[in-house]
Amino acid sequence: MAKTDIQLKKSAQKKRTAWAVAIILAVLWLLVAFVPFLFMVLTGFKQKLETIMYGAFHLPETLYLQNYIDVITDVNFWIYFRNSVIVLVVSLVILLFISACAAYPLSRFRFRLRGPVYLLIVAAMSVPIHVTMIPIFQMTINMGLYDTIWALVPTSVAFASPISVFILTGFMEGIPRELEEASDVDGCGLYRRFFKIILPLSTPGLSTLAIYNGVNIWNEFIFAFTLTQSNGNRTLPLALWNYQGQYASNTAMIMACLTLSVMPMIILFIIMQDKLVKGMMAGAVKG
Amino acid sequence: MNNNVSLAQKRRRSYGICAAVFLFPVLLFLAVYLLYPIIATFFNSLHQWNGISADKKFIGLANWSKLVTDSDFWRAFWNNIKVMVLSLIVQMPIGILLATFLDAVGKKGNAFKALWFLPMLMSSVAVGYLFRYALATNGGIISSISQLFGGGVVDLLGNQATALYAVIGVVCWQFIPFYMVYYIAGYSSISPDIYEASIIDGSTRGQYVRHIALPLLVPTIKSAIILSLIGSLKYFDLVYVMTGGGPGTSTELMATYMYKNSFDTFNMGYGSAIAAGMFILITLFASIVMRLLNGRGND
Repeated sequence: MAKTDIQLKKSAQKKRTAWAVAIILAVLWLLVAFVPFLFMVLTGFKQKLETIMYGAFHLPETLYLQNYIDVITDVNFWIYFRNSVIVLVVSLVILLFISACAAYPLSRFRFRLRGPVYLLIVAAMSVPIHVTMIPIFQMTINMGLYDTIWALVPTSVAFASPISVFILTGFMEGIPRELEEASDVDGCGLYRRFFKIILPLSTPGLSTLAIYNGVNIWNEFIFAFTLTQSNGNRTLPLALWNYQGQYASNTAMIMACLTLSVMPMIILFIIMQDKLVKGMMAGAVKG
Repeated sequence: MNNNVSLAQKRRRSYGICAAVFLFPVLLFLAVYLLYPIIATFFNSLHQWNGISADKKFIGLANWSKLVTDSDFWRAFWNNIKVMVLSLIVQMPIGILLATFLDAVGKKGNAFKALWFLPMLMSSVAVGYLFRYALATNGGIISSISQLFGGGVVDLLGNQATALYAVIGVVCWQFIPFYMVYYIAGYSSISPDIYEASIIDGSTRGQYVRHIALPLLVPTIKSAIILSLIGSLKYFDLVYVMTGGGPGTSTELMATYMYKNSFDTFNMGYGSAIAAGMFILITLFASIVMRLLNGRGND
């Protein structure tokens, strides 16, 4: 009896040490994850001289807002922002609509080429962007789209569509067939069935995909970098690039710009954490 | 009877036509922006071409033989492999540990979870710029810590011997939250009944994790490994903005090397060969890894 008591005490103690170690490690990782963020935000409030004279952990002497004001009042910043929004909205609308269209027959019909088409789409998911870049660059010039924001819409759509079709096909397979059979009896044709039944019922899948693709399109760098040239036609990720060229030695200014560029995501994260995380992971759940 | 057959045929045909109509837009995009470019890249790789002039000279396999003996390319490939292996070794255990911790503490860990997730909210470009300055000698984080303890400045990115490892560290910083969430999803798919049963049978939390949860997580771990391995071979944005492949060629990756050849020096014939080589290597690698991890035909 006494022996088990000691054993219990021992295991309780062991448990406590284990938890202590776990929490220390957890806090340690918190620092690793968070300190670069802190550095970014704090440095944004510093003056140029402060960043040169003192180390990273020297708190800003005053809450210097001029860096943020400079970025926000810069006309170019808003042009980048507007371009990003246009590319995002137009691409997403096209992408989600045509992906849903493609997923519909793949999930609901039996036809001869179903297997090969599905395989092609799955294979397309793993194509590295670089192997397509030079021909797309040429094509964009030939189509007269070079250095316009419209060059970025088809690339966004094309590279996001395989995974979107893949996920939506899976989603639509889960919609009960009875609904369609009922509509068949009502004389609802194949086309109307898609718009009246399948598309509305796919809204949850579409909203997850909107988040996943939205984040990726918003952050897209390489095509924006390759296919546009002038400031008026570039998107936000390129704003960072241009500011970096302009203010390379002004760490505070760059950090202010970075902080502002991350803000939309942080706001989204605060408003709808679970949905955002789920959406961002959508591409990986079955990749 | 005859009538019946033709009706069924008609029906099947209308399904076929409908399928074609609905599939057309996506297939058009894929044909124009994926399929054609891949073929064109292989075609271009047989030419000497600056990408701008119409003067495109067929040179056969000259670009390819150059590629095979190009030490810079293989150096870049080797760097990709280093990124791949080291980020796997660092990301997977930490990702699993963080997820295990969050699974054990439940709702109480939500604040940890939210803060640990933060790096995922930044784009690769933003992460690249952040660390370009955070690792700088002047007012950077590491240098400041070192100076705090009386040491000198630490120039991780400017030093050929350490630059790649600094890049890998940043890659891990960026992606660990991703794998953390991935493993949390794995944990939450394990039924709570299993945990309760194991506790009733007298096992401790640690034993539960080691002997029950981890074996159940194996499929999740496998797919995470595949995601990480293949992702590492395509890596570009972050490295391009953070180091541009330098100093020297110490952080050059296949993708950055391809980009520089194609769009900085406008050697698009050779750039195409690099891109095509990269495509072949990645496809080969991906299929081998999937075979090894999944057995055969298991997706």
